[in-house]
Amino acid sequence: MHKLNGDTAFRTQGLTKTYGEGAAAVHALRGVDIAIPTGEMVVLLGPSGSGKSTLLNILGGLDDATNGTAHFFDRELTTMGERALTLYRREHVGFVFQFYNLMPSLTAKENVELVTEIADDPMDAEHALSLVGLTERINHFPAQLSGGEQQRVAIARAVAKQPTVMFCDEPTGALDSKTGRSVLNVLQTVNQELGTTVMIVTHAAATAAMADRVIHFADGGVREVIENTTKLTADEIEW
Amino acid sequence: MLSALDKKLLRDLGRMKMQAIAIGLVIAVGVVVLVMMDGLFHSLSQTKDTYYDRYRLAQAYAPAVRAPKYLLNNLAAIPGVDSVMGRMRGGGLIDLPQEDVPISAAVLSLPDHGVPRLNDIYLAEGNQLDPSRENQAILLRSFANAHGISPGDTISATINGARRKLEIAGLAQSPEFLISMAPGELAPDDKRFAVLWMSETSLGAAFDLRGAFSEALFSLTRDAKLPQVLDRVDQVLANYGGTGAYGIEDQASNRFLTEEIKGLATQSKILPPIFLAIAAFLLNIVISRMIQSEREQIGLLKAFGYSSFEVSAHYFKFVLAIAIGGALVGCLIGVMVGRSYADLFQQYYKFPFLVFRVDPQAFIIGILVSVFTASAGALFVLRNVFALTPAVAMRPPAPADYSTAGGFLAVVNRLFDQPTRMVLRRVARHPGRAFGAALGVGAGMGLSAASIGLMMTFTTVVDQTFDYVDRSDMTVVFAALRSDKTLYELNALEGVAQVEPFRVVPVIMRNGLHSHKGALTGLIANPQQFRAVDKNLNPIRLRDDGIIIAKSLAKKLAIAPGQTMTIEVQEGERPILSMPIVGIAETLSGAPAYLQIGALNRALKQPNQISGAYLQIDEKYQSELYESLKAMPFIAGASLKSTSREAFETLMDQSAGSMRYVMSFIAAIITFGIVYNSARIAFAERARDLASLRVIGFTKGETAFVLLGELAIMVILAVPIGIAFGIGLNVAIVEGFSTDLYQIPNQLQPEAFGTAGIAVLVSSIFSGWMVKRNMDGLNLVSALKTRE
Repeated sequence: MHKLNGDTAFRTQGLTKTYGEGAAAVHALRGVDIAIPTGEMVVLLGPSGSGKSTLLNILGGLDDATNGTAHFFDRELTTMGERALTLYRREHVGFVFQFYNLMPSLTAKENVELVTEIADDPMDAEHALSLVGLTERINHFPAQLSGGEQQRVAIARAVAKQPTVMFCDEPTGALDSKTGRSVLNVLQTVNQELGTTVMIVTHAAATAAMADRVIHFADGGVREVIENTTKLTADEIEW
Repeated sequence: MLSALDKKLLRDLGRMKMQAIAIGLVIAVGVVVLVMMDGLFHSLSQTKDTYYDRYRLAQAYAPAVRAPKYLLNNLAAIPGVDSVMGRMRGGGLIDLPQEDVPISAAVLSLPDHGVPRLNDIYLAEGNQLDPSRENQAILLRSFANAHGISPGDTISATINGARRKLEIAGLAQSPEFLISMAPGELAPDDKRFAVLWMSETSLGAAFDLRGAFSEALFSLTRDAKLPQVLDRVDQVLANYGGTGAYGIEDQASNRFLTEEIKGLATQSKILPPIFLAIAAFLLNIVISRMIQSEREQIGLLKAFGYSSFEVSAHYFKFVLAIAIGGALVGCLIGVMVGRSYADLFQQYYKFPFLVFRVDPQAFIIGILVSVFTASAGALFVLRNVFALTPAVAMRPPAPADYSTAGGFLAVVNRLFDQPTRMVLRRVARHPGRAFGAALGVGAGMGLSAASIGLMMTFTTVVDQTFDYVDRSDMTVVFAALRSDKTLYELNALEGVAQVEPFRVVPVIMRNGLHSHKGALTGLIANPQQFRAVDKNLNPIRLRDDGIIIAKSLAKKLAIAPGQTMTIEVQEGERPILSMPIVGIAETLSGAPAYLQIGALNRALKQPNQISGAYLQIDEKYQSELYESLKAMPFIAGASLKSTSREAFETLMDQSAGSMRYVMSFIAAIITFGIVYNSARIAFAERARDLASLRVIGFTKGETAFVLLGELAIMVILAVPIGIAFGIGLNVAIVEGFSTDLYQIPNQLQPEAFGTAGIAVLVSSIFSGWMVKRNMDGLNLVSALKTRE
């Protein structure tokens, strides 16, 4: 694996993203400058269309920027080609989606193995599932799991490759509060015990209480960055 | 004002236009075959009927030697006869400087004044005959064109033994000679058969038939009973050398054309249902899967308060739009293809005009079948729409349940990596769907295999006819019967390696109510040049105690070895013989009957007579040999096997047999359509899964494997299905392509299956490549946002 130098996981300068052209152009990002220190838990808050998901997608190597630069440690994401981005995601990034996106034809364990088979230095799939508290259900298919359980499998799948950074887009969006809390718990554990940088996009403002850093988005730009001096655990936050 | 649902319908059609077009095309192709075949069949038979009608083609013919004209009154009085005409008819030879041997011609009289009452001609170029100029003739246009002869040219011809120079007044076409086939040939050849029309005055002198006729032509009343009329005609002409009246169905050109039209009729009954059925099946699969993928939207509509019925109607409209659109395009293309095909036929059969007509029924059937199958495919799925609760749309998509498929083969779990497991489990979870797709591809492959097989079988027919049956290099036909001593004369010519005699006797063969007007061929017991062969292509030894007949003839006469048939000889003393059938020969062209030549001559009480010979020649002396043959006055014609072979191949390429090319082309389209659609649908269904794989770090190739692996399994499953289907289809199709003129054997061609298999493989790879391009262009972000 490529050696990563520095303490800043991500750094963007003048990052913009425009969809469409002319009068129909939508400015999803209007020049974003942020720096995310490595090992932090970061929560991105903001109303729909404020640009937080767009930023996540660019940093996650799923989308390209219109202008500006984005660095992952000393590597510039914004100049990487298709293939390099695939490798970047494969080696460094774990994704957790709102709708889990598990492969319905694979069991929980196999869904995790899907990633461990292609990762460089993965943890054992069963260990990953034990981290999310699913030891009992590793041979179940997604259809046999509840929403929260599916989301925990998705987290295990993201964690298993020992990613440098984890991106979670509305990870609790489709879950009730109790299940949502348990999912956040897992993310916190991953962040604290494995030192993985975790970035969470959410509508749920309460989630901000458990972050090291909270970035507020509005109109395609960063309105405010707050560094929490005291963090709550997932169990302590109020929904 | 369009309702919101109808707007959605239009937008959906726009959004899914590629897929809608692909499905519509499959329907169109099925309808194309139906409309084209129907149009071709109706146009050809209508054109034939109109042509016959317009030029008053006689419905019965009575050849005689010399009958005085007053007999025409007696003939006209026969009940059932509408009108009668007497004309002179004889044979002639045309000697063209550039041709090695003289070419046989039919010589017919035209009235000095006015148009003939029956069998009129269509004067295409030049002028009518001037009865005051006795060396004027009108020539058959196709022959003239084949040799570059124009009105005003002069040709040299021998008529009734006298050589004369004829001035060509004009070129004509006639419904009586749509097909110009030289005696003893298997296939028509414009170059080798001519018709000359001359004035009554000049032919009366040439044939010594002043005040007489040698052929009576009849048109019949509507209620006429042909056999009775023919009997009465024979009675009247018995003392004037009448050689037996016959109806138009035994007239050479008409018989040929009728057989062709019959072949087209059979094809148009067999092929369109096969193509439509396959198109329907595919449509069914595609539509049902397409609606399946709309279930979220269906739930949503129901949540808004639309009733199940309204929602179903909405999707029905969607399906109907595609089905009717496809069917209409199919009708249009069918008419276009049918029309240009009919033009080809028009040229081959030399119709002076073409009546193109498609039975409206064909359009109706085509549209109904398309609509019905599309609806059936939709109905099958829409049943679920009624069961679907609106809440489904409100929840995130429930992952498909694979728990039942998970148990399948624990070995699989150990042997394969996750992507392979995904492929296998998906197939195992929807075995019906995988099997359906495989069935579709298999059907396409079977269709291709059968069409390719058919093409190869046509080649086999030619090879068998010309390599196993007729092994001679040249066939020589005498102008009249000759002593078998002529063989020595031929053998003595430089360049002749081997000579074998034959005698062909025109006969009517009868078995009870079945009859066939054809010829009995006498050959030596163990011929080397021209042989009767059995189904394993082994030569059959000819017998002197009975007849060996072709399989097709045995079928027509409903006769089997051991039974006896009646043979009415149509020349000389015209004896009626009774002979047993002793064997069946496999023939792929014509309907021959064989007997040992000695036995034939004994039965006719004409010992040692032959009507021609097969020659094996040394190519080095070919031109010298032609010179010698040309100098022998008794030779009516000599044909090279290579020329006959070409004519036969042309026959199969330009007539009803040529439909095999269209068929193969369409089979290829269908096969590709099925494979491509299957791949596309699989992609559409899985876009989200595939995008997820890409997001978590799978490369494009690795992701493609998950999708294309499934396609590969489907194709592998399709191969045995395709083989089984192809074998069955072969039987049905071969039946449709066989006519009295040539029989297509029901032979399986392993190469055809190989070729079809490769075609499926190539279309799979191509489809896979097309889908992979789509997959590579997959927008990862948006694919993840959409829920199925």
